[in-house]
Amino acid sequence: MIELNAVTKTYGETTVVDSVTTTIPAGGLTSIIGPNGAGKSTLLGLISRLLPMDGGSVSVGGLDVAGTPSKTLARTLSILRQENQVSLRLRVRDLVTFGRFPHTGGRPTSEDRVHVEAALAHLDLTELADRYLDELSGGQRQRAFIAMVLAQDTDYILLDEPLNNLDMKHSVEMMRLMRGLADEAGKTVVVVLHDINFASSYSDTILAMRQGALTAQGSPDQIMRTEVLSQIYDLEIPIHEVAGKRIGVYFS
Amino acid sequence: MAKTALTPAAKAPAQSPARRRVLGSASRLTLLIWGLAILAVASIVLFLSWDLLGNISFALRLRGTRVGAMILCAVAVAVSTLAFQTVTANRILTPSIMGMDALYTLLQTVMVFAFGAVAWTTAPDTARFGVELVLMVGFSLLLYRAMFTGRAGSLHLLLLVGIVLGTLFRGMAGLMQKLMDPSEFTMLQDLFFASFNRVDPPLLGLGAVVVAACVVVIWRMRHTLDVMALGRDTAVGLGVDHRRVVTTVLVVCSLLVATSTALVGPVTFFGLLVVSLAYRMAAGADHGQLIVVASLLGVLTLVAGQFVVEQFAGNSTTLSVVVEFVGGIVFLILLLRGALK
Amino acid sequence: MTTPVPVREPAATPTKAAAGPRRSALPSAALIGGALAVLLLGFVSLFVGVSDVQPERLLAGDPAAWEILLVSRLPRTLAAILAGAAVAVAGLIMQQLARNKFVDPGMVGTTESATLGILVMTMLVPAAPVLAKMGVATLFALAGTALFLAVINRLPTRDTLMVPLVGIMLGGVIGAATTFFAYRFDLLQTLNAWMIGDLSGILKGRYELLWIVAAVMILGYFAADRFTVAGLGEDFTTNLGLNHRATVRLGMSIVALISAVTVTTVGALPFLGLVVPNLVSLMVGDHLRRSVPWTALFGAAMVLACDMLGRLIRMPYEIPVGMIMSVVGAAIFLVMLIRRRGANRG
Repeated sequence: MIELNAVTKTYGETTVVDSVTTTIPAGGLTSIIGPNGAGKSTLLGLISRLLPMDGGSVSVGGLDVAGTPSKTLARTLSILRQENQVSLRLRVRDLVTFGRFPHTGGRPTSEDRVHVEAALAHLDLTELADRYLDELSGGQRQRAFIAMVLAQDTDYILLDEPLNNLDMKHSVEMMRLMRGLADEAGKTVVVVLHDINFASSYSDTILAMRQGALTAQGSPDQIMRTEVLSQIYDLEIPIHEVAGKRIGVYFS
Repeated sequence: MAKTALTPAAKAPAQSPARRRVLGSASRLTLLIWGLAILAVASIVLFLSWDLLGNISFALRLRGTRVGAMILCAVAVAVSTLAFQTVTANRILTPSIMGMDALYTLLQTVMVFAFGAVAWTTAPDTARFGVELVLMVGFSLLLYRAMFTGRAGSLHLLLLVGIVLGTLFRGMAGLMQKLMDPSEFTMLQDLFFASFNRVDPPLLGLGAVVVAACVVVIWRMRHTLDVMALGRDTAVGLGVDHRRVVTTVLVVCSLLVATSTALVGPVTFFGLLVVSLAYRMAAGADHGQLIVVASLLGVLTLVAGQFVVEQFAGNSTTLSVVVEFVGGIVFLILLLRGALK
Repeated sequence: MTTPVPVREPAATPTKAAAGPRRSALPSAALIGGALAVLLLGFVSLFVGVSDVQPERLLAGDPAAWEILLVSRLPRTLAAILAGAAVAVAGLIMQQLARNKFVDPGMVGTTESATLGILVMTMLVPAAPVLAKMGVATLFALAGTALFLAVINRLPTRDTLMVPLVGIMLGGVIGAATTFFAYRFDLLQTLNAWMIGDLSGILKGRYELLWIVAAVMILGYFAADRFTVAGLGEDFTTNLGLNHRATVRLGMSIVALISAVTVTTVGALPFLGLVVPNLVSLMVGDHLRRSVPWTALFGAAMVLACDMLGRLIRMPYEIPVGMIMSVVGAAIFLVMLIRRRGANRG
């Protein structure tokens, strides 16, 4: 369970995250949606202690994010940010092995290797494991980073716009993978998404943000409504039921 | 002296809002140019006449030579930097930063190697300087033309390549000088280590001719340069022969840099310093005005600076070191203010 | 607490896991080969120079030959190996901290600051022991490096080539200030000795401080993983529970110490910290655990080779190793830059 209590972040005069209080349930997949500049990525940064808070508190799995040693947190939550341009010539396996760093501090044991190989296999990267990151395509590199997060093997996995730069096929695969993490491995997955229909189709819970504040939270059925979405996006979005999923048609 | 002169003008663009700047720009620029001209002349007079004792005509000739060299250097560096920055479409590349003065030093060394120290130093100045200039133009075109005529590549790559080229040339020149006979090397020290304190008088007349010719060429191109400042694509769209202009400017720059380096030695950041200052003080000016402002600023900085250094720092410092220091800091400040995009 | 990730292809895992150690055994054989090559180079270096030191004369027990070997040649060779390895490793660490392949402590203000530090000490406390001067030089180098990192973190654009450019300018400014003071206090000659690396003055008793950098290098090797992680960015580092700042500080201290000690003992070795790590990166990648040993070996080999060249090229005079390296290094760097441009086009 992730508990946020009056979480606030300001940059000078502007308040980017404005006193957000909520609870994200343990287990399942939670999406954070909202227009550009709503503070989604900042919120994720605050939950994962990458950004210092200006007010409020966050606890993840009972650990207070501000007070717990970084190393301990790294065994409970993992975070993957949007921009992962790596200029280093690093092999895929090396990168994934770094996921074990919080557990063994850079001296991988044979148990770590099992985790690494499992993560590589899970993301279909076994063939590419000895390639350098800079030789991979954008989608493959993204998968390599996700594999690292898997190898980190934390109960909470936070991903900031993981579908960026992915084509349709890879986006769907990525969402299925996260679904699998929640369902089969019992992880708590929190994702910032831009596409409301991906959020609708794959999430258990949706958090909607606008101008730094939390405007709505609920199941896809509760959020994917024209009147709710119009408050978030300032846009009239008709909702259609397609194959049991609620889909917003926002192109008109 | 120089300081009091610069302060009010330098502040002006920051104080005045954009609207006023446009309205009053014509008269303000005229005022600026006249003010700089008066200050430059004043500094020259001061430099020549201060504490003049003993053999007056001898002292005047000596000081005159040095002032002449400084004026030539200032104009050469200011004009070449200005034109160079415009055709390369940025405000940080300068011929010296791209390694041109190091190239000249290397060529000098190579010539000594090829012809022997005795033959080379006893050759007539005109011949020697002429050969060096021809070589300089040739090598500059060879090295730099391809860099600047193609589609705009990465500016930073160019800059880095230029800096490393400069290091390479200096390294090679140093290595060759080290390989020379120590006695030959002593003979050549004057050739290699020209400075504001050690001017080569016979070169002065020659240098003046070269600089004057180059300035005329650039002056006549000033309107074309205004268009070039809009960027390569726009300039080509407006009918400018981009390749030809770049080539001309490169030839002129190599001549100016060679002359300046031969007279007073390399001064890496001087051009950057003067031209950045000119852009700040004469915001919105066209190239004709910029050429005048930058040249005057150059003369003022060098002559007044040398005067101050000689009179008050007791000759224990060289001006070029001070210029490098201040110029480098100006560069970094520009950079940190995000002036560079 | 830990929930294992479900393994879908259980058969694939054991073979892959077994492949891991075997792969890492192979490079270590190559490493030993590389180390032997450097030793061989060092052995040759013992017999290169104006004074005649031939193996047969040593075997015959010629005391003069032994004297030259022990007092001059051996210290000189050791100094080349130690300084070369350390400066190259310092470059590698610096590149991780700046997250940029084109920076080098000798180019971005670290070495220049160290030089300024010794100069200041020479001016103010000329009688201070070498260790004290070195300490001050290290502090200056640390400040210079910190300044560089602070400046590049504030840059409006994080262009790959912008970072070294700013560094070079910063180094230039510090260098100009140093020259200014040296000129004023008539120390230009002394300054030149620090600015251009030269091994010809290395004698027994004048290089031993370089063993400090050997120790620091080993420390760097043990922190290699941390530096690799830091090279992946601050968010990345924090996610793995590492303190990014502490890692950067450790790296900076290592770089500063190595720079200060080498500058005071042998002088600057330009481009070494830039060229060697880049070549090694092409060979074995950027996992520091793997690349630190190779970088050290290549650095040592390069300095040894350049120093021998300097001894041979103009017998009986010697060309300082720093001069040769600035030409060789600048040329290699240019090729690297131009090849990079080609790669970007392709």
